[in-house]
Amino acid sequence: MSAVAPLLRVEGVSKSFRGLLALNDVSFDVVERGIAALIGPNGAGKTTLFNVIAGVFPPDSGRVRLGEADITGERPDRICHAGIGRTFQIVKPFAQMTVLENVTVAALHGAGTVAEATQSARGFLEMLELDTRAAQHAANLTLPDRKRLEVARALATGPRLLLLDEVMAGLRPSETDRMVATLRRLRDDTGLTILLIEHVMRAVMALSEHITVLHHGEKISEGTPETIVRDPAVLECYLGDQDL
Amino acid sequence: MTAAVRRFFGPLSPAGLWLGGAFLLLLLLLPWWGGSYIMTVATTVFYLALVGQSWNLMLGFAGLLSIGHALFVGIGAYTAAYLFAAVGLPPAVGVLPAIGLAVLMGLLIGYLGFRFAIGGVYFALLTIAFAEFVRVVIDHVSWLGATEGFFLKVSEADRHGIDLANLRGAPEMYYYLIMALALGALVLCRYLLRSRLGYYWQAIRDDAGAAEALGVNVLRYKMYAVAISSGMAGVAGVFYAFYQNSLFPEIVFNIERSIEATLGSIVGGVGTLFGPIFGTFILTPLGEIVTEAIDLLKHWHVIDPETKLDGLKLLIWGFIVVLIVLFKPKGLWPWVCVRLRLTRPEAEG
Repeated sequence: MSAVAPLLRVEGVSKSFRGLLALNDVSFDVVERGIAALIGPNGAGKTTLFNVIAGVFPPDSGRVRLGEADITGERPDRICHAGIGRTFQIVKPFAQMTVLENVTVAALHGAGTVAEATQSARGFLEMLELDTRAAQHAANLTLPDRKRLEVARALATGPRLLLLDEVMAGLRPSETDRMVATLRRLRDDTGLTILLIEHVMRAVMALSEHITVLHHGEKISEGTPETIVRDPAVLECYLGDQDL
Repeated sequence: MTAAVRRFFGPLSPAGLWLGGAFLLLLLLLPWWGGSYIMTVATTVFYLALVGQSWNLMLGFAGLLSIGHALFVGIGAYTAAYLFAAVGLPPAVGVLPAIGLAVLMGLLIGYLGFRFAIGGVYFALLTIAFAEFVRVVIDHVSWLGATEGFFLKVSEADRHGIDLANLRGAPEMYYYLIMALALGALVLCRYLLRSRLGYYWQAIRDDAGAAEALGVNVLRYKMYAVAISSGMAGVAGVFYAFYQNSLFPEIVFNIERSIEATLGSIVGGVGTLFGPIFGTFILTPLGEIVTEAIDLLKHWHVIDPETKLDGLKLLIWGFIVVLIVLFKPKGLWPWVCVRLRLTRPEAEG
C-alpha cells in the first residue's frame, strides 16, 4: 500500500445547515483499490459527508476530487458519470418497478441498449444473491434485500468508487460475512475502490484497511483498524470519558 | 413482423389475445353494425383515449401531474384550424406546427416547473394556471375569434368524401382516423415504456433522488416526458378542431376538459398501458347511458321534463372515481387482467 495515488480526496470540507455546523474542515483520502470506512456516533456527519461527495448539496467550503477531476458541487448524475456509485442509508428502491428493472435503470448508464443493460443487471443480481427476486416488485422486498438492491444498483453504474451507507444494517451475521466476502472479491477482481459508512463493527474490522472517525462533524482520528480501536479519543466519543 | 407483433403483445395470455382480437374486430366493423349515434360515441371514446394516454404518459410513466392538459389540446386545435382558415394549409401539414407549438408550451411550463423545483401538486397548479392564462388571451384575440368562437367552413359535399389531407369527409373517416391515432399512441407508449426513456421515467417517478444518483439527468428526462405528452395532446387537438369545426376558448380550455383527460386513466389504471383506453371505454358509454336514461325517464314523465339534470353525468363519474380510489386505487385494468387472465402472471397490462 505504498505510494498509491488517492482516488478520492476530501479537502477541508465544511457544511452547515441553518447555522448548525454538520461538517467542520474534514479532510481525508481514499487510496485507489482501497477499502476505507467512515465511522462515528449517530449525528457525526457521516451521511452529510456522503451527500457532499455525491453532489446532493455543495460544501460551504473545501474541495472534493476524484482522481484528477475536481467534482466539488457537481450534480449527482454527473458525479455518477464521473465514476462514483452510492447507496442510500434510507433505502430508495423504485418501488413500482421490478428488482431486475431497478438494476437495469442503473446499468443503462453504461449500456447501449435496454437488452444489454438487462443482461448486465442480471449479473449484478446474481452477485448480490437477488436473482431469485428478479421479477418481484421492489416494494415487496424485505429490508435486507432492499439493502442488497441498493448495492446492486450502485454497482451496475460501473463506478470506480463505491460509497456504501450502512448496507450491513439489519443483516444477520452470516449475511454480513457474505456481503463482506462479495465486496472484497469485487475489489480484488475489478479494482473497485470502496468507502463505507458502517455501524456493524464486525464488517468494518473485517473489510477496511483505513478508518476515518467523525464526531460532531470533525475528524477526530484516522488510521488502520488496529490503531483506531486503541485511540483514546475514539473510545471516549463512543463510550464516554469514564475510566473503564 | 410476426415476431414484432408477438413481442408487442408478449404479456398477453392466449385468452387475452382472443378477447382483445375479437373486441378490435368488433370496433373495426362498427360502421356496419352500429348506427351513427354509436359511431359518434365511439369516436369520442377514442379521442378521449388519445388525450388520456398523453396525460398518462406524464403522470403514470414519469410522475408529473398535469391538470391543464386541455391547454396542449387547445393549442394544437387553434394552430391547425387557424393555419387552415387563414392560409389554406391542410391539417395533414398543419399538424406539424400544431405539435410544435404544443411542445413549446409544454417545455416552457416544464422548464419553469422543474428548473425552480416546483414539484407535485404545485406543478399541477402551474399547468392549470397556464391553461387559464391562454384561455384568457385567446378570449381577447380577435383573429382567433375571441369569445365568439373560431369556425371552420364545412360544405354538405364535405360530409361524404374522404379527404384525409384536409380532414374533410364522412363520419366513418373521422372514426377510423381517431381509432388509428389512439392505437398508434398505444404502440408509441408501449415502445417508449420499454426504452431507455421509459426506464428513466419510471425511476424518476418512483424516486427522483435515487434516479439522479444512478446517473439520470432528471430535468432532461422530465422535459422529454412533457414534450412527448404535449405533442400527443396537440395531435388530438388537430383532430378535435376538424371534427367539431368550431372552437370556443370557454369550451376548449375549460378545466372540465383537463379533468376529463384524467378520468379514464384513473378508472382504468394510472401508469398502465391499456388503462387509459379501458377507462374511457367504461366512462364515456356510461355517461351516454345516463344521459339517454334521463331523456327516456323525462319522455315517460317519470321525471318532470322541466328538471335540469345536466350535472348528473359528472356526479356519477365523480362517484365512480371515488369508488375506484377507495377500492381499486391501481385502477380497473390490472384487476380485470387478473380476473379474466388476460395477461400472463407477473406481467403488467
